[in-house]
Amino acid sequence: MGDSKLDLLQGTLDLMVLQTLAAMGPLHGYGIARRIEQISGNEVLLNQGTIYASLVRLQQRGWISAEWGTSDNNRKAKFYSITKRGRKQLTEDAAYWLRLSIVMSRVLSMPETEEEVES
Amino acid sequence: MIDHLRRSILRIVALFRRESFDGDLDAEIASHLDLATEENFRQGMSREGARRQALIQLGGPQQAKELHRDSRGLPALEVLVQDLRYTFRGLQKDQVFTAIAVVILAIGIGANTVVFSVVNTILLRPLPFQQSERLAWLSGNNGAGGLSDVTYRVDAFEEFQRSNHSFQEMTAFVPYYSLSESKLMTHGEPRPVSFVWVDGRFFQTLGVQLAFGRLFTPEECVKGGKPAVLLSYFFWQRQFTGNPAIVGQSIRLGDEFATVVGVLPASFDFGAVFSPGLKTDFFRPIVMDDIRTWGHMLSVVGRLKPGVTVQQAQAEANVLFPQLPGAENPDWSTDLKTTVSGLQDQVIGKLRRTLFVLWGAVALILLIVCVNLSNLLLARLASRQREFALRGALGASRGRLIRQLLTESLALSTLGALLGVALAFAVTWYLAHQGTIALPLLSTIRVDAAALSMTLLLTLIVGILFGIAPGLVLSSGNLQETLKDAGRGSSEGRGHARMRSALVVSEVALACVLLVGAGLLFRSFLRVLDVDLGFQPSHAAAIKVDYNDGGSAARRGAILQDMLQRVTAIPGVEAAGVTDMLPLDRNRSWDLLAKGKVYSKEVNDDAFVYIVTPGYLTAMGMHLVKGRDFSWHDSDTSERVIIINQAAARREWPDEDPVGRLAEGIGDKDSRVIGVISDVHESSLEEASSPAVLVPVTQGVPEGAELVVRTHLPPEVLASAVMSRLRALNLEQPAMEFRPMQQLVDRAVSPRRFFVVLVAIFAVLGLVLAALGIFGVISYAVSRQTQEIGIRLTLGATPGRVQRSVLARTLRLALIGVGVGAIASFAACKVIASLLFKTDPDDPATFAFVLILLLVVAVLAGYLPALRATRVDPVTALRCE
Repeated sequence: MGDSKLDLLQGTLDLMVLQTLAAMGPLHGYGIARRIEQISGNEVLLNQGTIYASLVRLQQRGWISAEWGTSDNNRKAKFYSITKRGRKQLTEDAAYWLRLSIVMSRVLSMPETEEEVES
Repeated sequence: MIDHLRRSILRIVALFRRESFDGDLDAEIASHLDLATEENFRQGMSREGARRQALIQLGGPQQAKELHRDSRGLPALEVLVQDLRYTFRGLQKDQVFTAIAVVILAIGIGANTVVFSVVNTILLRPLPFQQSERLAWLSGNNGAGGLSDVTYRVDAFEEFQRSNHSFQEMTAFVPYYSLSESKLMTHGEPRPVSFVWVDGRFFQTLGVQLAFGRLFTPEECVKGGKPAVLLSYFFWQRQFTGNPAIVGQSIRLGDEFATVVGVLPASFDFGAVFSPGLKTDFFRPIVMDDIRTWGHMLSVVGRLKPGVTVQQAQAEANVLFPQLPGAENPDWSTDLKTTVSGLQDQVIGKLRRTLFVLWGAVALILLIVCVNLSNLLLARLASRQREFALRGALGASRGRLIRQLLTESLALSTLGALLGVALAFAVTWYLAHQGTIALPLLSTIRVDAAALSMTLLLTLIVGILFGIAPGLVLSSGNLQETLKDAGRGSSEGRGHARMRSALVVSEVALACVLLVGAGLLFRSFLRVLDVDLGFQPSHAAAIKVDYNDGGSAARRGAILQDMLQRVTAIPGVEAAGVTDMLPLDRNRSWDLLAKGKVYSKEVNDDAFVYIVTPGYLTAMGMHLVKGRDFSWHDSDTSERVIIINQAAARREWPDEDPVGRLAEGIGDKDSRVIGVISDVHESSLEEASSPAVLVPVTQGVPEGAELVVRTHLPPEVLASAVMSRLRALNLEQPAMEFRPMQQLVDRAVSPRRFFVVLVAIFAVLGLVLAALGIFGVISYAVSRQTQEIGIRLTLGATPGRVQRSVLARTLRLALIGVGVGAIASFAACKVIASLLFKTDPDDPATFAFVLILLLVVAVLAGYLPALRATRVDPVTALRCE
């Protein structure tokens, strides 16, 4: 499984969903899932079904809202859009993730020592 | 933070809106699949391929829905609900088991709730006064002797109050309740009322807030002040129908008028704290100058200054009392020997250990209940092994199965607790309304929040405790093995059987401890009842009488002689006499000294004093050892005469005949001893008799009057005849009822009876539960061994032999249990040694009786299954299994 896709860290999916909605405007669940897959260059292992657990979580926290509507090709679908509080949360979380990733990349780029302890 | 709170609330809401959420989700998933299929189709897949790919991408609609549910609701709670639903379905199917388990649990938990309420009310909860831990009790003569010994003279109280530095405030009341009986003449027919004389600042010192009205003013507490009363809440409710307008009005008490100034709160129950069983209608302020010369009159309570301990107050009292002005007065001798104790300690007294023993007994019962239920559940588990094996095979994890078992045991214990709490409410209500048990604070007992929390805790502990054994068996066994094994009908697994036997053994051992304890207490109780009282309570009854002698001893003699003549003339009355106090009821004491004897100051020369008429001895059934009874010729003007009891004779005239001797201390002149009666138990059945003196009514001033009548008729039959005679003599005679003398004795032994009855109930319960446990284990073993027994019978074993082997098994379990129990009891009984009366803690008779009783019950419990074993028909047994 090493060469396959990235497993999502806890909480990252929620952030991706928020960002997607902030960038794209109202979308249905399938649309969000597809969008994340495309953006990540199919790097993320996304079980599309997990998106709905994330959506209900975000909705319960009041960061997104949902409404039934009609898709481009005339199908009924539930559309999600980010709320004001969601945007605020997104700014905070995104800043946190950026800082964390910068720190992580710094830590991981430390050169390994070549010391030979062997006699 | 708010967002998380909002989510938590919505998750709970989601639990109740499953249907609508699920419907919405279904539609959403369907739309998702449609969109995905369409896109895949457009990318060139076949219709079917596109749909299949969509499903793969989604990761399965069912899984998606599960994920959604878990994150929107509370999965742990939903599993619990599921388990509970399953549990109740199971319990409903097995109604007999459920009923037995719930009843056993209800008794165990209910008994614990009741006893905890009692312990909590009497021992643990602070007294119902403000900062009651700072209240202290002072008793003279180091707390020994009768009321006159432990109470204080007014001057001693006042001097100590003035000079001490330990107490923020000190107050007192008069514990001679007979002095404070009166008649309410207004508001209906004359009726007897009782009140208590309290110091003017009594309620302030205790920190009691009035329901309404005001406290006594200083002017009402001095000579010539306007008489004032404070009503108790219950008297106000009963007599004045809770009408607030009574405050400020005047009521007539006997010959005087007094103003009602206020009403005490419902939470204040004087009797519950200071004199168990006493009903107080109202309170009046003590005018200290009126009783200054009356001797030892006051019970003293003080509020310690913040930070001052009882020990410090005691140290100060030791030093201060002898230095007070007036301390050289010989009458102060008991006051100088003051013991200071916490008020609560004083109220609880010797009850502490008794209550802890009771608590221990009830905990034992609960333990037995747990063991019993473990056993029942194990038996039930055995018959459900296939069900569990099947659930295991279908994918339920072992943890999930144990969780199911624990859910079941907790559900059972909760059901038991609900019923138990209902029982507890009923029992505590009953106890609180028993006026006949002389235990402090008992009337204030209720199941309160503390008791309910305790019950909740016990319910959880019990549920987990008896759920553990089946859980252990389940987790140790191999489920697959069970699936095969259970179908075979062979003997149960060895570990399983050993666990059940161990449970039964411990049950028998626990029951043994309870029974031995109860046996010893019961034996003590019988010994107490066996005590020679010095009078015969059966066929005697007393009634309070009222007369007006205008303070003249001669008139008093004439009135009482006339009254007794009329009463003895009533058919059925065998003897009648009048006393001012009854033994085991109230007492007071005076000095009694043989004239001419030289005394050291240390010796206690008190004697209980009863002021009586001729005929009282006969009416009470007291035994005159030598000398003569009083006669009506012993008058105000003739020589002073007394009758003493043997204890007084032993103390004052050892090795001499006291009849004809002179005594000092009773009244102002010397009195001649004219008779000796056998010892009477004045204040308690369990303590040795103290010296006592009888004085004729014509030569002493009685405090009230009790007419004692000896008759073989029930006293109620005589009541109206006696009452009409009394009314003929005195129109103001209040309506009173006869008190059988036996009632006084019953009351005196009521605390002991209370404990004996409770402990005995627990012991019988323990015995029944142990028997049930043995019965359960043995009959289960027999039913599992039907096949084996069938084979043995076919091979030629006689039914008698089969029966014997079953009984032997029973007896083996019982013997081990009894052995362990006997050793445990031996240790446990040392703890209750101080509660026993004339009974050794290792009384061989009690031990032997209990051990034999347990063995007999065990064999009886094993007999039924043994009988069934012999009825096994070999052919059927072999065929059906």
